[in-house]
Amino acid sequence: MSAVSLGKDLIGLEHLTPEQIQLVLDTAEPFKEVSERQIKKVPTLRGKTIVNLFYEASTRTRISFEFAEKRLSADTVNIAASGSSIVKGENLVDTARNLEAMRIDMVVIRHPSSGAPGFLADRIPSNVVNGGDGKHEHPTQALLDILTIRDNLKTISGLKVCICGDVLHSRVARSNIWGLLALGAEVGVCGPKSLMPYGLEELGVRFFPRPEEAIEWADVLNILRLQLERMNAGFIPSLREYNRVFGITNARLERAPKDILVLHPGPMNRGVEIDSDVADGPHSVILDQVTNGIAVRMAVLYLLAGGKPDLAEGAKG
Amino acid sequence: MSQTHNETVLSGPEIQQKIDEMAAAVYTLAGEPKELVLVGIQRRGVPLAERLSNVLKEKGVAVELGALDITLYRDDLETVGPRPVIGETRIPGELAGKYVVIVDDVLYTGRTIRAALDELTDFGRPDKIALCVLVDRGGRELPIQADVTGATVSVDVNSRVDVFLDEIDGKDAVELSRGWRE
Repeated sequence: MSAVSLGKDLIGLEHLTPEQIQLVLDTAEPFKEVSERQIKKVPTLRGKTIVNLFYEASTRTRISFEFAEKRLSADTVNIAASGSSIVKGENLVDTARNLEAMRIDMVVIRHPSSGAPGFLADRIPSNVVNGGDGKHEHPTQALLDILTIRDNLKTISGLKVCICGDVLHSRVARSNIWGLLALGAEVGVCGPKSLMPYGLEELGVRFFPRPEEAIEWADVLNILRLQLERMNAGFIPSLREYNRVFGITNARLERAPKDILVLHPGPMNRGVEIDSDVADGPHSVILDQVTNGIAVRMAVLYLLAGGKPDLAEGAKG
Repeated sequence: MSQTHNETVLSGPEIQQKIDEMAAAVYTLAGEPKELVLVGIQRRGVPLAERLSNVLKEKGVAVELGALDITLYRDDLETVGPRPVIGETRIPGELAGKYVVIVDDVLYTGRTIRAALDELTDFGRPDKIALCVLVDRGGRELPIQADVTGATVSVDVNSRVDVFLDEIDGKDAVELSRGWRE
């Protein structure tokens, strides 16, 4: 029995210890096999009710969580902000308290405001999992990215991982940076200066102004989606120009001194931040990320379901 | 945890002898087995199943090997606190039509075997499932019995039976600690 536990909630990777991150990755490993079974289901969370509370559009993350929940035999309810009483003006805590009154056990929440999942976690006894909040964190995405890297390169410590693109608006980038640094990787970022947040150097993250330099340096490229819905403020001159200067193309990858692994959290803008040749090419592990997403989320739900603090205390004796 | 009395139930050579006898018993039990699958329960059931299969293979009996981790099927996850690390589950192909022997080190409450039965039947419908354990220590909480048993010890809840296997622990022994609970 391991002494490490995740606690009640998963809000972000910033405050997790390397051991806790490792625990999730190691726990995800056996869950991969569950999804390969003929009956892709284990009774582990039977009788648990999980609410997927999505205040923001999502396909991949919501479906991935839902698969994970169903494969663990939990009962699930999906609530989207549009079409619920949220549009009538109900606030987050009231929504959650009403759900609690219906005896739920866990909430997976995606919210446009940074900090909303943490705010909720402090106010309800149910386990809370952050499915992405504002520009803050998207911990399960980073965990599945890191698991995919570990699957392919056998280690994280000492690797050079470069996150390319719109780091400024990216919760995926933040979670990846914290998770990768905790596990001993070197992290770089590459993209237009207008899409870089302040203070990255203080975290020990290197900045590459040109993708050629990033490719020269990195073992792994994690290419972020250019968030078109957030691009109306003039961060880049045009998509075509972005692709010409920062797009990851086969022509650029061919000059890499070593084999390079290419990740993308999806959804992709083909021909903008990543070319189709790369997305579908031999370097790409983008679909492995999607498969791993379910295993990672199963691991997180499984670990949190047993992470009630009083139990953790009792088990130490 | 204070260990007041320590006795050896089985020594290394005795374990190997028991495994030979258990292999023979499994063979007799199976009769003319169509296809025999030994499934070891994580962790110490796995090397035990491997040793049994080695003995059977030496006698020219075809055996397939599998491993099963029953953590996700446990009925006490609510109370065990920080989650136990999950081991590998590896089932060789289809189970339908096969003769499956569950192999474990110690049979105690029977709850592990209950979970294993549930998990195995989710993998398919074997013709038959049997249970083979190295040590039966009594204390059942469910109506489950072994078909093949290496050794039987009768001890109360305040005693602990530990199986050590070379593959995991670096030695072969079965030890009994009486009154290990304070």
